[in-house]
Formats: sequence, C-alpha cells, structure tokens
Amino acid sequence: MNLLSIDLNHPAHYLTAGPISVSYGNLVMIGLVIVLFVVALVLPFPSHDDDERS
Amino acid sequence: MSSKKMWTTRVRESTLEKFEPEDLLPDRQPAYVASWIYIFGVATIAAFVMLVISGLILTFEGPAWWHTSSIGHFFNSIHLWSVELFFVFMVVHLWGKFWMAAWRGRRWMTWITGVISFFASIVTGFTGYLIQTNFDSQWIATQAKDSFNSVGIGAYFNALNTGQAMLIHVSLLPLALGGLVVWHVILVRRKGVVPPIEAGGSE
Amino acid sequence: MSPQLSKHDPAKKWDGPTRKYDLIKEFVIALVVVGLLAISLAALFSSPDEPALTLKSWAIADAPDFVATATGELAGTTVSAGYGAPYNTAAEGQVLGPLKLQKWAGVRIPINPADDFVIAPLAIDNDPAVVSAIATWKAASADQQGKWANAYADALSKAPKATTLPDPTGAFGPVPAIATGLYGLARTGALDGLLAAGDTPLPTNFTKPLLFLADSGTYFPDYAGARHLQGDQWGVMNETGSYPGQSWLWLYSFWYQIDPFKSSGNADVLVMATMTILSLALLFMPFLPILRRVPEWIPIHRIIWRDWYRRKEE
Repeated sequence: MNLLSIDLNHPAHYLTAGPISVSYGNLVMIGLVIVLFVVALVLPFPSHDDDERS
Repeated sequence: MSSKKMWTTRVRESTLEKFEPEDLLPDRQPAYVASWIYIFGVATIAAFVMLVISGLILTFEGPAWWHTSSIGHFFNSIHLWSVELFFVFMVVHLWGKFWMAAWRGRRWMTWITGVISFFASIVTGFTGYLIQTNFDSQWIATQAKDSFNSVGIGAYFNALNTGQAMLIHVSLLPLALGGLVVWHVILVRRKGVVPPIEAGGSE
Repeated sequence: MSPQLSKHDPAKKWDGPTRKYDLIKEFVIALVVVGLLAISLAALFSSPDEPALTLKSWAIADAPDFVATATGELAGTTVSAGYGAPYNTAAEGQVLGPLKLQKWAGVRIPINPADDFVIAPLAIDNDPAVVSAIATWKAASADQQGKWANAYADALSKAPKATTLPDPTGAFGPVPAIATGLYGLARTGALDGLLAAGDTPLPTNFTKPLLFLADSGTYFPDYAGARHLQGDQWGVMNETGSYPGQSWLWLYSFWYQIDPFKSSGNADVLVMATMTILSLALLFMPFLPILRRVPEWIPIHRIIWRDWYRRKEE
C-alpha cells in the first residue's frame, strides 16, 4: 500500500538567507503559485474560430 | 396603502427579476475571455468542494478518528492537500484579477466579496489547524492565543478551547465561506467578465 | 482601431463579439482534475500527525522542568501567572499606543495558576504528606506563600537537574511536598484529566492543561523549536515534519522576524495592527488612488488579453 508513498515525517530542510527562513515544503507551494501564474499567462488558450460570433 | 409595494414584491424585484437565465448560466462569453488565467476561480471552487466532501467524512467519524484509522488518516490527507491546492489556486486567481484591475466598471463589490472570502478562508484554515488534536494544534493554539489576546479577541475566541474552534470550523465558517462564494459568483455573472483595459482609461 | 472595439464602457453589458464557453463542463473538468490531484497527493505524501504532548509526557521526559514550572506557578512567576487579561489582572497586557485592547476586553477566562494548576488537582491525593502540605499552604498568608515558593524556585534554579531538594532551614515550607505530589500525579497521567475536566466532566476545552504546558521553561518550547515552529523561526507558517504549512501566512510571519516587531514587548498587537491596515488596503483596492492604477502601468494585462489587443490592431 505504501510502495508509492513518500515519507515526509522527517525534519524539514530550510532555505535560509538573512532574516528569511523557508521550509522546502512551503517553498514548493509558493513556487507552484508563481509557476502556475506565469504558465497561465503565457500558455496559449485553445480557441476555435467557428466558436465566435459578433 | 395599495400603492406601497409588498416586501415580497420588493425582494423578488431586486433579486430574481434582475436576472435573465442567460445571465446566470450563459453559454457564451465575450471573445476576450481567452486565457488560462480564467480557470483559477473555478479551480478554487473545485478545491473547496473537495474540502467540504473530505471534511464531512471526517466530521461524521468524529475528531479523533483519523489518529487511529488508516482510512481516516487518508481522508485527513485529502483534506490537507485540498487546502494547500485551494490556497494555491486562490492566490493565482487573486493575482490574475489584480493585474486585470477586475474591479473596473462597478465591479468593486465582486472584488470585495472575493477579498473577504480570502480572509474567511485564512480563518477557516487556521481553525482547521487548531482542531487536529495533535502536537501541531497544541502548539499553534498556545502561540496564537497571544495574538488574539493582544487585541482583545482572545477573551471571546479562545484558541485553547478546542470545542469552540471545532464547532466554528465545521459549522459557521464553511457556511459563511460558501455563502460568500455564491454571492461572489452571482456578482460575476450579473456584471459579466471585466473587459480588457483600454489604452487611456481604466475607469 | 475599429471604433466599436476601442471604447467599450466596462460598466455596460458586453455587446461585442462572443465565443462559446461551457461553464458547467469547465466546472466538472475542474472538479475531476482537482479531485484526482488532491487524492494523488494524499496517497503519495500522506499528512503529518505528531501525537499531542501531555503533562504526563512532560513529567516523564523533563522532570526538573516540570517541578520548576509547578513551583513557578505557586510563586506566581510563570507566563500565565503574570499574563493579565483575559486570564487575570496580573499585568496590563499588550498596548497599542494609548489603546489597551487586551486589558479592556476584561478577565473573561479567569485562571489562577497556583490554585487551578497545582492546589486544586492535588485535592484527590491521599498521601498524608501532601494532605498536610496543602493544609499548611492554604492556612498561610499570600506573603508567606510567596516567600516559600520563591525560595524553592531559587534553590531549584541552582540545581537544574533536581526534582526535589532537602529543606534544612525550613525556608521552603510545604512547597517541596506540593511540587513532588503534583509531579507524582502528572507521571501517572491523572493530572491531564484533572485539569481538562476541572470545570466540566466531559471536556472539550483544554485551556488549563495547555496553559500549564505552555508555561514549561524547556520541554514544550524546545520540542517546538526543534521543529522550527517558534515565532522567530517563521514558525507561524511551518508544519511538523517536512510538510508544507500555512504558507499563506508568510506576510503575517514575516513581521516577527524584523524590528521593531521582533524586539517589542507589544509584538503581537503591532503585527495584528499592521496586518489589519494591509488587509483593509487589499479590501478597498478599487478605491485607493495610486494602487488601483498599478495594473494599468505594469502591462501584464497586455499578456493576458494579447489576442484581443492584436485583433484590435489588425
């Protein structure tokens, strides 16, 4: 059952710079927001000309 | 007396009669609605639906179920990852609407209901963390109490009172958030999707 | 530029070109995709569940800290004993300039740590030494109680590994017997139940045992510190294990890392006030003179609506 699972129950790693300290877990989620935002902006949205009506 | 409108008439006229069926469930959108950024509102709602479903299953089995049952733990995991996805999608949606200045054209109430939904989500998420009945919830409760106490809220909302947080999390907050989201979506349908910013004017 | 495309009033209903858009299909696809995503992440990564700490686990794992904290409750030197509203009147609490919000809210959750955490639960202890110590404690003046408890707290602080100390001069009064009695009660697990069920037999409110646990000098805070959960470790947004936490609280957490918040005795109320102002700014963005123009000046909308703008230029 747990063959495919990844155990995250171990001490976290942190990205630390000056007063900033972010766990990799949080970094992934924050990174995901930025990546999704950029991808949503640049990825072409499928369109069909016959859909349109003026 | 007869010239005065009945309350029922007034409510009907200011709600139901404001909408055409085509406004509420349109099958066409303005041609400028063509970007992946538009899917993050509905993605947030989808994550909310997952939260309600997994949350209801956890509710029916009681707050300690997930500590002892592997099935319970699995539904707790679904609840956790749904909330992580929920916030990811909502923040992308928020950024998108900000850069579209989506409050233009008397849509300020749509923006405001959205921002209040964001705040209500943070409170809902927080009360969820408070009722895990494990070390994480104990620590969060003892830390958060100082913030609430410092502004006087703690005298009324006691983070250390697990029962209070639990009832608020499963009753008031999902209802309030659900209501806000319905209002928000109705406003979007009512006003239509905000048109592109035109050169020389964003009013 | 064709005129009917260039100057559309955004408040008016759209009468320009439209395209098919199936909202219901979009919602169903979103639900299926997000549902599968959440189920897959749950199957792949599970979720954290570090068992709750108890007064029992504390007494067993860090007995000297437990005894020192119990003595501190009697001496009135712990965090909760000197907290102020909403628990007691021992302090003013945090203030925001002239605003004493914490104090004004009043003592709505009255807690007397010496009585509630130590003396009252020991009422079930039949040990004659404890029974007589409690009687002596109750008969003494507050001044005398304070002298005993402070003297014992002092002595314990000089013997950091001790759980009990002899009292050759009688300076500690009944305090060593009381602290030892409470320690014994905690080790069996009885104290957890007594504090939780002190007000009502079937508890849902853990204010008392949690406040006592949070008064711990090393056990509780060190346990959290090892997991990067302390406020000055961005702990507000962190989670146990390697899981992502409440990363959306990053800004709230941020203020605790910098001055003047970090070193202020009023840090909590200052952060709350700052976040309130910023939240109001986000809420009323449509009306804020300069901020609401930012999306015009930084033309990310040119990317979002690039097809539309391109068509208009053709």
